[in-house]
Amino acid sequence: MAAASCGREERASMAALARLKERLAGLREEYFLTNRAIDEDRIIKYKAAVRIQRWFRACRVRAYLRYLSKMATLIQKWWRGYLRRKSFKEVVERAYFIKKEKFYNEMAVRIQKTWRGYYVRKYIHNFYALKKYLDAVSVNNELVRYELQEFADMKENEEKMKDLEKKEKEKKYQARKMHYLLSTKQIPGVYNSPFRKSPDPMELLLQQSKPLTHRKQQVKSPFADELYGWPTCKEPPGFVASLPVLPADRQKPQGPFRDPAEVLQQRYKLMEPTLRVRESMYSSPPKAREPTRGEEWRDPIHDNQFLPFSSYHKNHEKYEPSLFTSGKYGQEAYGTKYFREVYPKKWVADKDFETLFSSIALFEKFGKTYSSTGQIL
Amino acid sequence: MAEAIVKAGILPQLICSLPEENRYYKKAAAFVLRAVAKHSPLLAQAVVQSGALEMLVICLEDFDPGVKEGASWGLGYIARHNPELSQAVVDAGAVPLLVLCIQEPEIALKRIAASTLSDISKHSPELAQTVVDAGAIAHLAQMIPNPDAKLKRQVLSALSQIAKHSVDLAELVVEAEIFPVVLTCLKDSDEYVKKNGATLIREIAKHTPELSQIIVNSGGVAAVIDCIGSSRGTVRLPGIMTLGYVAAHSENLSMAVIVSKGIPPLCLCLVEEHEDHIKAAAAWALGQIGRHTTEHARHVAVANVLPTLLDIFVDPRSSEDLRTKTKKALKNILQKCTYLPALEPLLHEAPPSIMKHIIGQFSKVLPHDNKARRLFVTTGGLKKVQEIKAEPGSLLQEYINTINNCYPEEIVRYYSPGYSEILLERVENYQPVL
Repeated sequence: MAAASCGREERASMAALARLKERLAGLREEYFLTNRAIDEDRIIKYKAAVRIQRWFRACRVRAYLRYLSKMATLIQKWWRGYLRRKSFKEVVERAYFIKKEKFYNEMAVRIQKTWRGYYVRKYIHNFYALKKYLDAVSVNNELVRYELQEFADMKENEEKMKDLEKKEKEKKYQARKMHYLLSTKQIPGVYNSPFRKSPDPMELLLQQSKPLTHRKQQVKSPFADELYGWPTCKEPPGFVASLPVLPADRQKPQGPFRDPAEVLQQRYKLMEPTLRVRESMYSSPPKAREPTRGEEWRDPIHDNQFLPFSSYHKNHEKYEPSLFTSGKYGQEAYGTKYFREVYPKKWVADKDFETLFSSIALFEKFGKTYSSTGQIL
Repeated sequence: MAEAIVKAGILPQLICSLPEENRYYKKAAAFVLRAVAKHSPLLAQAVVQSGALEMLVICLEDFDPGVKEGASWGLGYIARHNPELSQAVVDAGAVPLLVLCIQEPEIALKRIAASTLSDISKHSPELAQTVVDAGAIAHLAQMIPNPDAKLKRQVLSALSQIAKHSVDLAELVVEAEIFPVVLTCLKDSDEYVKKNGATLIREIAKHTPELSQIIVNSGGVAAVIDCIGSSRGTVRLPGIMTLGYVAAHSENLSMAVIVSKGIPPLCLCLVEEHEDHIKAAAAWALGQIGRHTTEHARHVAVANVLPTLLDIFVDPRSSEDLRTKTKKALKNILQKCTYLPALEPLLHEAPPSIMKHIIGQFSKVLPHDNKARRLFVTTGGLKKVQEIKAEPGSLLQEYINTINNCYPEEIVRYYSPGYSEILLERVENYQPVL
């Protein structure tokens, strides 16, 4: 049976096979085409699947990256915020400080500005003080000018007074000289002409003046002579050139007196030195006297010639008050009223030393041993 | 003659026997020494070399006033020539003795001693200091009120020679309380006393503002001004210079000078005096007064000083020095002067160097003051300005432009030169509208 079935099957299959072989060529093509179509289909579907997967995966990755970056931002944000918050405090403090400082500076400048303006206007360039000062200066100037003018006027007056006095003195001197022109009772003088109503003032002056004596008036010599004309110099003492002359009508004095001519000759005899002291022919006579003269000149304390009983001092010595003792309120007493300080504690014998001594008898006779010849009266 | 004496070698013989001789000999010998020394420095040197100084100093110690006088006269003539000889005199120890001589009662001796001290101290500050150290200032100051004119001359001259060297010496002189006594000297009848008094005040004023202040406070400025007014010639010169120095220090002092009526006498000096150096000094002083502020310049301008200064400046007979000083003074005053009525007459006459300052001042004032602008036009100033030719770009041109900008264009064109021709041309070309 198997064989028979196999046979049927073999014939079926052989028929199928023949049928298939007929269709084989077409089946091949059909098969190829179907496979190609399926393959293409497959490729398309494969690509689509890839695409979808790709897209999906990309989405996933993108989501993941987004998530990552969000987290990173979060961390960074949080971290930076933390840092800034830390330094923000300092920044704020600093800014605040600067703001305060600026404000204070402004205010300080304002104060200084006002103060300096005030100070300068009040003290340094004080307008009103300057004005007052200038007014004071002009007032002072007026005063000074006035006083100076007064001073000048006073000086002028003094000059005028001096001139007037000089003229007066001249007139008086002239009147004294011409006293003989005075009119007598009988004869009218020159100044008292009968044709005048009243006598000339000169006449009155003549009436009042005392006639001059024969003595010569001392004339003050100006700077005539260079060498001896200095006001501090006086004439050198001249030697006695000639014997003094006695007045002719002098009465002979009573008594056993010698002849005056003899006496004078003896007194003023020229020196005749002995041979021992006599100078040689070649030396001058005065030189012999020089040493003694020199000693005499050197020793005295007082340079003015001591001339007692003379009015020499009256005309020649003018008292000039020393600058040291004259002060604002008059002369100081020192030098005139008292001369030295007195210390009683230092006295040796309980009394001050004597300032006044008794005179020496011998010296009283000076100039009186011989008769005075009336030379220096 | 003096040289013959020196050559003949008489001087040593004269000198060697001096100490023993009597006073007439000493006087005569001092006279000879003085006569020889006064001619020239060489002769004085010869006198010194023959040992005269010690002898003269010995003579100074003598009792007789005439001998002292002769000796100090001789020393004075020796010291006069140059600083070395003065130093020699000082080294011989003469100064304390001279100070003693000043205190003597004889007037002639005082005169000569004062003149010798003046001659010694005039050369240098050290010599002046030596004189001061000997205590001379107090005695000299005491002698200022003395009525003798010649003595006053010498004393004032001595004090001014001391004061001129430095501030300290001048302060010492002032401390001796010479103010206000010195002002009476300015009123003296003797010309030279006035001159020396003014010189002394000048030497004190020139150092510092404080010293000038002292002078102003004591009324010295008024006295100096009166002195200038009443004297003529070179006597005025120190007074003028005093005013200049005082005004130069500060504006307050300058105002004080103005207030004391200092400007009219200075202006008179400019006009009246013939000497160039006095005019120059007056111009300088006016410049110092007017240069500080506009107020000062206004006072100076009101006194009609500027035309005088300008006249002197353009005068061909003025010397170089005078011209320089006048120019400087004008410049200083003009730079501060805003008093236009005084500036206008100057516009017409000024030379170009001065013109730019005047125009500058106008250009500063006119933009702000309309009345002044009006006056400027009516007095012909604008016309004059247009006539000035200036290089473009120079300062003068800028000033002129500033002034022209203050006025409307028609006026500027009206006054510009050649405008009448332009107008006439327009008239010619005009066709009458019938």
